[in-house]
Amino acid sequence: MRVLMKGNEAIGEGAVRAGCRYFFGYPITPQSELTHYLAKRLPEVGGLFLQAESEVASINMVYGAAAAGARVMTSSSGPGISLMQEGLSYLAGSELPSVIVNLMRGGPGLGNIAPSQSDYFQAVKGGGHGDYHMIVLAPNTAQEMLDTMGKAFDLADQYRNPVMVMADGIMGQMMEAVDLAGDTKIEIPPKPWATTGMAHHTGKNVINSCLVIPEEMEELNLRLEKKYKVISQKEQACDQYMLADADIVLVAFGLVSRICMSAVEKARAMGIKAGLIRPITLWPFPTELIEKTADKTRAYLTVEMNMGQMIEDVRLAVRGRAPVFHYGRLGGMVPELKDVLAEIKNLHEGGTGR
Amino acid sequence: MKKAFSRPQSLLDVPFHYCPGCTHGVAHRLVGEVIDELGIQDNVIGHAPVGCAVFTMDYFDFDMISAAHGRAPAVATGVKRVLPDRVVFTYQGDGDLAAIGTGEFVHAAVRGEKITCIFINNAVYGMTGGQMAPTTLPGQKTKTTPFGRDSVISGYPIKVCEMLTPLDGAAYIARAAVHSPRAIIQAKKAIKKAFQVQMAGLGFSLVEILSTCPTNWGLTPLEAVKWLEENMIPYFPLGEYKVPAAGVI
Amino acid sequence: MMEAIYIAGHGGQGTLSTGQLLANACLKEGKFVAYLPHYGVEKRGGVSNCGVTISNQQISSPFVTEPTVLIVMNNLSLERYEKAVVPGGLLITNSSLVENAVTRNDVRVVPIAANEEAERMGHPMVANNIILGALLELTGVVSVETVADSLKEVLPERHHGKIPANLQALERGAALARKHKLVDQR
Repeated sequence: MRVLMKGNEAIGEGAVRAGCRYFFGYPITPQSELTHYLAKRLPEVGGLFLQAESEVASINMVYGAAAAGARVMTSSSGPGISLMQEGLSYLAGSELPSVIVNLMRGGPGLGNIAPSQSDYFQAVKGGGHGDYHMIVLAPNTAQEMLDTMGKAFDLADQYRNPVMVMADGIMGQMMEAVDLAGDTKIEIPPKPWATTGMAHHTGKNVINSCLVIPEEMEELNLRLEKKYKVISQKEQACDQYMLADADIVLVAFGLVSRICMSAVEKARAMGIKAGLIRPITLWPFPTELIEKTADKTRAYLTVEMNMGQMIEDVRLAVRGRAPVFHYGRLGGMVPELKDVLAEIKNLHEGGTGR
Repeated sequence: MKKAFSRPQSLLDVPFHYCPGCTHGVAHRLVGEVIDELGIQDNVIGHAPVGCAVFTMDYFDFDMISAAHGRAPAVATGVKRVLPDRVVFTYQGDGDLAAIGTGEFVHAAVRGEKITCIFINNAVYGMTGGQMAPTTLPGQKTKTTPFGRDSVISGYPIKVCEMLTPLDGAAYIARAAVHSPRAIIQAKKAIKKAFQVQMAGLGFSLVEILSTCPTNWGLTPLEAVKWLEENMIPYFPLGEYKVPAAGVI
Repeated sequence: MMEAIYIAGHGGQGTLSTGQLLANACLKEGKFVAYLPHYGVEKRGGVSNCGVTISNQQISSPFVTEPTVLIVMNNLSLERYEKAVVPGGLLITNSSLVENAVTRNDVRVVPIAANEEAERMGHPMVANNIILGALLELTGVVSVETVADSLKEVLPERHHGKIPANLQALERGAALARKHKLVDQR
């Protein structure tokens, strides 16, 4: 059954279909429709929607529900996600599976409610204190927003790690067809580590990230490092479009990647061999594929709704073998097709970007 | 021969790390005894704070969660909403609960969250080395109020029980102390009642326990007990501030 | 087939619900469709705009920056977005409120006096669907019948009493557009 859904609603439905029964959050635009949807939908499936007094409380409620073994999520936008950073660090340190949605808006500061991708660094480079990683997923259609939630909860449980789903604010408002006919079988792995009371598991369980003895903390850090290495090796995901013979390669995620697809099509019509790589996982970053294209690519162009954040990861993947340029719109502005096309033409003609 | 006194089953046989004369150990023991008496050791989930009691999770013999500074009532909310038939409590100091965690405990009470907060008030930050707490008394010297707490600069002590009493979601609110055997008996009664209120599903419960910190007060344990009695109790009167209707529990 | 439709007006003119209704009908007919509120050519002030992209294949960019069809519900929208229409595209104006002259001569212009027609029908709230009726007639992007079906889904239950008036509006718009087509041919 295909229905027209807002991206925000698709995320909500995706979460319900993934077996998420608990949502804790605090109102912020532009993710409101997601909370409206879940406030109605979760009680229908015996779940709970609870509006917290702040994002600080929300993420800690998520921490508690995850510790109790539930599939749980929260969602917010830039300023609220900033307030959650302490909690995200704790979730990573205590290895609690949880899903956090960020529908990015213009910043820094209060900024505005227009779409943005300026929280990339915050999501993939840490954000909170300490040495940790979240898995970060970036869908680009309403359908994928729905499907991503299942993947997000599965990855969270599989690796006992917080997973962030990132999209720009427009994607929450955008309506597209979503197929609801798919598999709704929910398989939640057992969580013998959860703090559910000693009558419900063997021995005493403790959820903790406080290890005052450095040797013990290092042991945890090493375990996390090992886990992150496995995730890096196994979970890199990206899409490619007209990449096989491309010599100008665009790199873009989220909705911007779709503008870039149109730009690639137009460039091809003009005889320019343009192609696109769309990272689906922002962490782990799809370094492997990008690296493979480095020797046959004349120039890379990252198109982002920020000053150039993902470009750093593209450069790390390319390792100097080809120039990497950036085109971005800021403050809630969206790159326009004609401007992206102009950048591609410029690089094709030997230009060096802005 | 009948054994008259022993370690509660809910407390592990490990030495406390607390300073000589600190009353955290007494409060831990009271919580352990109450949990034993209520027979809930296998169904209780406790929350450790940030501060001196951060190692609480190593002392209690039941499931424990270490919460971020001040956030234990929010974490406990998450646990209780997922597992409504378990007994969920937080153990927090004055900095944790009444300064950085003000939003969390107040709103847990506002929601009538069926959890219990054990709130240790010793009028000073212990673990970080004796700084002013939100409950530091006017004129009291700390590392960050070296000339005594000046209300013009630093305001007044927060009265947690008095603040919570008017809230509809708060079902049981009491202030006790652990400076004398008599007070300790009262404190245990209050803790037990708080857990019973939770188990009866009546709403939020909190017991504030006036405690000593000889190390950071710069007093001997005996002087500290006296100081608590003479200075803290007049500012923070003991008693039950809010109780459920008679006969409910 | 690919249409990129931009509907521009101010709050209360039903631009967003028209877009959603159209998008819903397209989905019913098995087309690929993307609906995007507010964003597009530009955005500032108290405007209420949306873009609807319709295609037989997966839609890459859902942003309508070069509309094949532009609907303007007021003077300001005409002034702002007229230049964006692709050459040979279609420009439907709500001539009840759009008094300014269209300056483009490389697009097809169809004025529909939607507010006046709606008043005449006794349902001033259905002006947007008179315009939609005209759009359906002129582009054939989906059938009037499918849109009529979609009304039941898009309108909240409490407004289902208004479905007959909206159907009438769609028909009226289509009739006005047919009349315009005849004039065009003459």
